[in-house]
Amino acid sequence: MNLTKASMLGAAALAIAFTASADDDRGKAAALMKRDFHAKGIAGMDRLNEDGLQAVCNRSQNQPPKEIAGRLERDQLESVRYPADGKFLGDWKSGESVAQNGRGMTWSDGGSGANGGSCYNCHQIGPVETSFGTIGNSLFQFGKIRGYGPDVQKYVYGKIYNAKAFNLCSTMPRFGHTGTLTEKQIKDLVALLLDPNSPVNK
Amino acid sequence: MLSIKLRVAVALTGLAVACAADAQQREAAPSKKAAAQSKKAGAGAPKSAITAEFEKFREVMEDASPAELFEARGEDLWKTKRGPKNASLEQCDLGLGPGVLKGAYVRMPRYFADADQVMDVERRIVHCMVTLQGFKAEDLARQPFSDDSRTPDPVSLVTYVAGQSRGMKIEVPQKHPKEREAYDVGRAIFNFRAGAWDFSCASCHSEDGKRIRTQDLPNLTSKEQAIAAFQGWPGYRMTGGFMHTLQWRMNDCFRQQRFPEPGYVSETISDLMTYMGVNANGHLYKGPGIKR
Repeated sequence: MNLTKASMLGAAALAIAFTASADDDRGKAAALMKRDFHAKGIAGMDRLNEDGLQAVCNRSQNQPPKEIAGRLERDQLESVRYPADGKFLGDWKSGESVAQNGRGMTWSDGGSGANGGSCYNCHQIGPVETSFGTIGNSLFQFGKIRGYGPDVQKYVYGKIYNAKAFNLCSTMPRFGHTGTLTEKQIKDLVALLLDPNSPVNK
Repeated sequence: MLSIKLRVAVALTGLAVACAADAQQREAAPSKKAAAQSKKAGAGAPKSAITAEFEKFREVMEDASPAELFEARGEDLWKTKRGPKNASLEQCDLGLGPGVLKGAYVRMPRYFADADQVMDVERRIVHCMVTLQGFKAEDLARQPFSDDSRTPDPVSLVTYVAGQSRGMKIEVPQKHPKEREAYDVGRAIFNFRAGAWDFSCASCHSEDGKRIRTQDLPNLTSKEQAIAAFQGWPGYRMTGGFMHTLQWRMNDCFRQQRFPEPGYVSETISDLMTYMGVNANGHLYKGPGIKR
């Protein structure tokens, strides 16, 4: 199903449900930001345009009605591109570097060089790194707790590729969907969480 | 001066020791006990040694803060005749009448009839530099943040004005309709998710007890914690050793939000500061401070 069309439908349905004054404030906010902001480096003005999903989350205080959320999550899931070779597990050591690296997608990032996943900004992951954030849940011992099987591998790949496929208004960015991380980088992160030899599972 | 330097040196030594301990802790092989502890960590994780040590450092420093040097510079700038019109800023009206500084900072952003706009302190000072002294707004906006080579004049001026509200209660007004509108639009900006990573201000600042890495994140939607958007600002930031105002803080948050850049002293920033300022009403403002 066409992503945009489905999202717009959802947004239209929601618009009815919320108060006119909140809509009014949001409209003013969006117009004001478009007037006051300017493009800088790789951060263009198009970033102020909500996509369909952002529009639905913004209009529902991140709590869209279940039915709409379910439909849009399915749309997001359908857009996940899984590895052509069917293998989800990369190299956990490279995954640790991706998890540590907080660069990418800001106006001060050149756009050259690999982006990072900023994972430690929000999650506890490996046992050695004590400088971790708490916006996301702890991923320490992830494989040990959740299992190492192909279903879990596919789930983790999909979750990193597009977190919104599983929780529409999740705080977590869509790292594959937005082109922030490459297929190889995501595989390496899957290995960090799910390789039995990764320190995460020791 | 000497005593400030001495205190900096003593406090820095303490911080360096804490940092070394923190680094050691990171490098050490994880013991079973440590692993069990970090397993339990998460939302309720205790503050890291480095955060706790920084807070001690801040307490020592706030008695004789480097911010005071910038207050003194700001006072000179305020009282000296400058600019194409060779005027001082002593006739600048920060909301309580021309030249009245005491308590002005804790009552901003506010509506100014002469500009028919809600303005935060830096926006208003820049407005005065343009209207009274004849400086050009685009010149002031060119490099508005402190770096290795300079501390822009508005930064020192804001620090001076903020110091004149030390120990006073925050009372950001909501009487004028445009002040109430600024609050509502500010809240909408705060919650507006967009950009490459779907972030809004609220992504990081709408829950209690969260951190990015080891940096505590205040919940700016709550009355108790919104004071964090006021307290310690303008602040002497230990990272880099620069004096920064909230204009810089908002700018760098939008950078990390993966948004394009907000205009310097724009209405967007005044609205956001109105939202956070009103949320912080009733708290006591301690004056310019120190930031990690």
